[in-house]
Amino acid sequence: MTLERFDVEAIRREFPVLHQEVHGKPLVYLDSAASCQKPQSVIDAIGRFYAHDYANIHRGLHSLSERATHQFEAVREKVRGFINASDVHEIVFVRGATEGINLVARSWGSRYLGPGDEVLLSAMEHHANIVPWQMICQERGARVRVIPMNDRGELELDRLAELVNDRTRLIGLVHVSNALGTVNDVRKVIEHAHGRGIPVLLDAAQSVPHSRVDVQELGCDFLVFSGHKTYGPTGCGVLYGRQILLEAMPPFQGGGDMIRSVSFEETTYNKSPWRFEAGTPDIAGFIGLGAAIDWIERVGIEAIGAHEADLLDHALSRLDEVPGMRKIGEARQRAGAISFTLDGIHPHDLGTILDREGIAVRVGHHCAQPIMRHFGVQATARASFAAYNTRADVDALIDGIHVVREFFGA
Amino acid sequence: MNELRDLYQEMILEHSRSPRNRRVIDEDAGDVHHADGHNPLCGDEVTVYVRLEGGTVADVSFEGSGCAISTASASILTETLRGKSREEAEEVFRRFHGLVTGTSEASEEMGKLLVFGGVSEFPARVKCATLAWHTFRAAIEEQPADGPVTTE
Repeated sequence: MTLERFDVEAIRREFPVLHQEVHGKPLVYLDSAASCQKPQSVIDAIGRFYAHDYANIHRGLHSLSERATHQFEAVREKVRGFINASDVHEIVFVRGATEGINLVARSWGSRYLGPGDEVLLSAMEHHANIVPWQMICQERGARVRVIPMNDRGELELDRLAELVNDRTRLIGLVHVSNALGTVNDVRKVIEHAHGRGIPVLLDAAQSVPHSRVDVQELGCDFLVFSGHKTYGPTGCGVLYGRQILLEAMPPFQGGGDMIRSVSFEETTYNKSPWRFEAGTPDIAGFIGLGAAIDWIERVGIEAIGAHEADLLDHALSRLDEVPGMRKIGEARQRAGAISFTLDGIHPHDLGTILDREGIAVRVGHHCAQPIMRHFGVQATARASFAAYNTRADVDALIDGIHVVREFFGA
Repeated sequence: MNELRDLYQEMILEHSRSPRNRRVIDEDAGDVHHADGHNPLCGDEVTVYVRLEGGTVADVSFEGSGCAISTASASILTETLRGKSREEAEEVFRRFHGLVTGTSEASEEMGKLLVFGGVSEFPARVKCATLAWHTFRAAIEEQPADGPVTTE
C-alpha cells in the first residue's frame, strides 16, 4: 500500500522520546497499546499552559481562571467533535477509561441494577471492564454473564440471542481487544441490544487511537477512552454518555465543582457533565488532550489507521517466518496489536532480551487473565503499533526474536 | 550481551530446562506443608511443598511453570534448602534476597546461589527470582497464610 500523504519519518521527528538509544541500540517502541508516546505539540501545550494561563477552573473571577476555564471547556467541545457526540454535555472528563467504567458501574449501576439482574460482558474484556461490574453486581445481588469467544479470538455473537434475556440490564463490550487485537462487530451487538431496550457501554481505549469512532453512527450509549493511549497525557480520559442517561444518573464522587448548593442539611447537584467531575481535575492534562486531538486531526485518523494496518500485515507475515511462533488471537478483523508466544521461551525472558536489543514490547497477561486462560497460557508477548512505527521497527522485532531464540538455543 | 550472560548463567538455563524436584510431596508422607505463590505481574504460579522432620527440611519440591529465572530459582532452592533447619533456611533466604536485590555482598558460602548475582542488574526480574523463596517461607510458617503469597 502506498501512503503518499503519510510521511512516517516526518511524524517520527515530532516525537522526541523516539530519538534515543536503549542499551546502546536505537529505541524501537512497540508498546503503544499500553501507553502511547507524545508529540512535541502536546508536550509544548502543557508547558505553555502552565507558563502562561494556569489557574483553577470554574471558580475564579480573575483573568487566569477565566482563561484556564475557557481553554479547558474548549477541549470538551473538541472531544465532542472528535467522537461526534451530539451535545457537549455528553462529554464527562475522567482520569481514564478505567475511571469512566467505574463511574458508569457505580452511578448507573446503583440506580438500575437489582437482585437477579444481569450485566453481559465479553470473554475478551480488560480487567477494567470486568472488575467494576463484579463489584457493583455483588453489591446489588446482580450477576455478570459472558459472551464467549472462539479459538481465533472472535466473539461468538450468534449466541447473543440466548445470552440476552429479560434480566439483561446492560452490555459492556471492548471495541478492540488490547490483548488480541480483535476488532469486535459492536454494531451487531448494539443493534441487538437496542432491539430489546438495553444500553451498551463500549470500551474504546484501543479503538479511538486507530480509527474514526463516531458515537452517533455506532449508536452506543456509553463509551470510554484514555488520553494517554491517544497521544495525550496521563491522567485524562473521556466518558461519553447519552444525555438522557447521564441526566438520570446520581453523582459518582462528592466534592467541589459537582454541586449547585451545599448546606449541612441538603446538597443539590450540578447538571451533567459537571455533576460527575468532583474536585480539581488534571486541568493541564486535558489541555494536552486537546493538543493531542489537534495532532490526530492534522495527521488524519484514517491515514494513521491505514499506516498501522500496513504494519500489522507486515508483522503478521514476518512472524510466520519464526519457528515455534504461536500467535494468540487470529481474528479476521484486527487492529493495533499482536500477541504471541514462542515455544520453550517464557514471555518474560523474551521481554528482557528484547529490551537489551532496544525493543520495547509488553509481556504479561495484559490485564486480561480470562483471555490468557482461554488460550491456556500464563502470559504472552505483545507488539503494538502507533503512527510513528515503521516497517523497520517490525523487522527489528523479528531480528530481536531471532536473537532470543539463539540465546536460549531454541 | 554480557549483562544478559550474567543474568542467564549456564546453570540457570540448565535448571530451567531440567528443573530438579518438580513434583508433589504426598500429604501423607509426614509433616508436610505447602503454599501457593503468585506473581501478579506476569501471572506465574508456583506451589512449594516442604516435609519437615524435627524442625529440619527433610524434603522440598515445587510445581508450576514460569520464566527461566523463576523456574531455575525454584529448582536451585530445592537443592539448597534440603537438610537445613528452619533457622538456617531463613538465613539462606536473607542472603539470597540481599544478593538479588543488590543490597548485600555476595559471599563464597552461598555456593550455587551465586549464579543469581546478575539479577540485581534487572530490577524487573527480582520478583521472578524470589517467588519460590517467598512461597517456601509461607509454607513453613506456623500460621498458614490466608490465600496465595504474592510478590507484591
